[in-house]
Amino acid sequence: MRTATRAILATTVAMLALPASAETLRWASAGDALTLDPHSQNEGQTHTIRHQMYDALIIRDVTGAFEPSLATDWGPKADDPNVWVFNLRQGVKFHNGNDFTAEDVVFSYNRAKTPTSDMKELINSVVEVRAVDDYTVEMVTDGPNPILPANLTDLFIMDKDWTEENNTVKVQDFEGGEITYATTNVNGTGAYKLVSREPDVKTVMVRNDDYWGRDQFPMAYSDIVHTPIQNAATRVAALLSGEINFLQDVPVQDLERVSSADGLVVKTAPQNRVIFFGMNQGADDLEADNVDGKNPLADVRVRRAMSMAINRDAIKQVVMRGQSQPAGMIAPPFVNGWTAAMDGESKTDLAAAKALMAEAGYGDGFSIRLDCPNDRYINDEGICQAAVGMLGQIGITVNLDAIPKAQHFPKITEGKTDFYMLGWGVPTYDSEYIFNFLVHGREDSIGTWNGTGFDNDELDAKIKSLASNTNLEQRNADIADIWRVVQDEQLYIPIHHQVLNWAMGDNVGIEVDPENQPMIKHATVN
Amino acid sequence: MLAFIIRRVGQSILVLLIVGLVAFSMFRFVGDPIDNMLGQERTIEDVERLRTQLGLDQPFPVQYFKFLEGAVQGNFGVSYRQGRPVAEILMERAPATLELAAVSGLLAIIAGIALGVFTAIRRNGFAAHTIMAASLVGVSLPTFLIGILLIYLFSVELGWLPSFGRGETVSIGDWWTTGFLTQSGIKALILPAITLGLYQMTLIMRLVRSEMLEVLRQDYIRFARARGLRDRVVNFRHALKNTMVPVVTVIGLQLGSIIAFAIITETVFQWPGVGLLFINAIQFVDIPVMAAYLMLISVMFVGINLIVDILYVFIDPRLRVDRKGGH
Repeated sequence: MRTATRAILATTVAMLALPASAETLRWASAGDALTLDPHSQNEGQTHTIRHQMYDALIIRDVTGAFEPSLATDWGPKADDPNVWVFNLRQGVKFHNGNDFTAEDVVFSYNRAKTPTSDMKELINSVVEVRAVDDYTVEMVTDGPNPILPANLTDLFIMDKDWTEENNTVKVQDFEGGEITYATTNVNGTGAYKLVSREPDVKTVMVRNDDYWGRDQFPMAYSDIVHTPIQNAATRVAALLSGEINFLQDVPVQDLERVSSADGLVVKTAPQNRVIFFGMNQGADDLEADNVDGKNPLADVRVRRAMSMAINRDAIKQVVMRGQSQPAGMIAPPFVNGWTAAMDGESKTDLAAAKALMAEAGYGDGFSIRLDCPNDRYINDEGICQAAVGMLGQIGITVNLDAIPKAQHFPKITEGKTDFYMLGWGVPTYDSEYIFNFLVHGREDSIGTWNGTGFDNDELDAKIKSLASNTNLEQRNADIADIWRVVQDEQLYIPIHHQVLNWAMGDNVGIEVDPENQPMIKHATVN
Repeated sequence: MLAFIIRRVGQSILVLLIVGLVAFSMFRFVGDPIDNMLGQERTIEDVERLRTQLGLDQPFPVQYFKFLEGAVQGNFGVSYRQGRPVAEILMERAPATLELAAVSGLLAIIAGIALGVFTAIRRNGFAAHTIMAASLVGVSLPTFLIGILLIYLFSVELGWLPSFGRGETVSIGDWWTTGFLTQSGIKALILPAITLGLYQMTLIMRLVRSEMLEVLRQDYIRFARARGLRDRVVNFRHALKNTMVPVVTVIGLQLGSIIAFAIITETVFQWPGVGLLFINAIQFVDIPVMAAYLMLISVMFVGINLIVDILYVFIDPRLRVDRKGGH
């Protein structure tokens, strides 16, 4: 009887598994991976493609929580806060059949720390990586680093022997135009193996049936064909005609068309990216305004009035066609330090805004230039156009200068704009990352994206102390304090959290990932 | 004669150098490539290091000179976006563009001449009027719109043809890939070829028609008819032959623009050719790719013009400037 049950069960499983075994995911997105070398190019789409074939020690699931991958568990060493211990998964094999051991982890991290690596900034606090035994690795940091694991989720593990045999130990010198073996070949431990790749044309992958997580994950797709399609209309047409069955970047204006089509669904989730305006409040006088000898943006009342003039719901309804989440703080909702209360602090109140402007001495308004990208964020230029009208209602005449991102972003980093749009994603899921880049005063390697001229030494010291504060309760209290200052100073004008839209055939089971990084091993076929 | 050719070649090189100079002076306004190349975590130090490494801290005439120096030796530098030598990327992309251009060129020539002759001979027929009216669409609608309309009709609504890409390709030799040998490759070629060739086709058709009407009015055609020759002989052997001189000139000149204007068609159909490469390069401020592409296209145009000029001299002796006297 037991044998019979088992036989029936086995047949059922086989029958369930069979139709899935020859499913191909035909996947399109706007961009392609720039290289396959795991430690070159710290860029979103490049990581997304690599994630299918390489594993990191730890990854994030669709809620943003840590998920054990090549490390089964990890934590700071009991007697030494400067050391993190990682226990590795046993019995894992690379695509070429080599065993995965601690030696590969040490090798990969050392490779990622070399000068040509693009990942070195993420682990610059790590001074040494050592193998304790075959399945235990210790990472020594230059001081206590409570959030180290958050920086490791895109750090892929290579096979030491394979890398050395193929003479590709040096990370591809991208700018030097080096083509190394690892640029075009993959030997990871990941759920899919590389079949072929033509950059900017097509990447074909096949399921790795020896994957360590073969039973743990659905892995319903036997093959993946990824095609980058830059033109938005062509992307949508390819989806509507059924040539692709999974599309990452659906233009918002086509969402209705796609979701009303037979056999297609659109799935939506908040993205790890918040859109906001920055204001130069540090300068004595602005170049982009018509007020002489004074900087209107230096007055917090003006900044508050501007925030109050922005009608975020109108932007959501009209510009974003419902696809955004109005924001009151410049942290995405899954980030440590985000609170619903602060995210709800943006209120539209024209009367109060006008009163504040009058109180600050700008009752007659002023004029200023708004710098805005036109090819970076979802409907970025449209948002800026809406803001022009809204700020006009409190007497601020805004001249919009919408330009391509390649021209826009240098203006911010070089301090050549007084009023600008910026979007920010937080790969570490911790507020420290936001403070380091956007709140800390501008120095060589910190505050690089803070174009506001805001520089508060006391706050800077507090931000710097976050990096090594192992008392998480105290650390979170400090984070809350820093946010309070950011909010009260109205350092930025938050607009909204971007929403991701993925479209797929109605039999494709993929959940939207806030990092815009689908992990195909999680996909099911319905 | 030799002096004429030497002078012509010299002028062509000068034109090329000026095109390059103008291109390089404009690259500064496209944006800062460094920004795309380094992630948001980069430090100011990284930016400076990379800027020096790429030579972007130097004034543009110096950058241009360095580019020329490399280009003369066949080295077009390294793509900022793909991190590979530009020459290699261009070689890899060229077959797609050339195949597309060849097919749409042939389509334009064959269909253009056939329809042109037809509308000239049956110039008062209903079909001819319909074709003439429809040809206005080809001349006046922008390429990207035609492409999207075709995609909408044949891919989305009818589901007959693919909306993007080149289908399966087959490698021939070391660096040529062809889509001619697979069914999906040929299917993928149809819509982009029509989109790209439509404008040239209508142009050729209208040209053939008006030239043909002109010729058909001439005396020798009347005499030919009077002699009782059959219509087919009169139309094709006598009339068409004489309309072809200006048509061939125009076709030659249009050849270059088919390749150059493939940019838009390639973008709409995600056709992996050099045009799409160029569009991507602009968005990423990939200066080496932009420079190499622009130089390549200008070499092509200048080369075609040079050949045409030299051919004219052979055809028309009056253009030989070294001849004394004359007109």
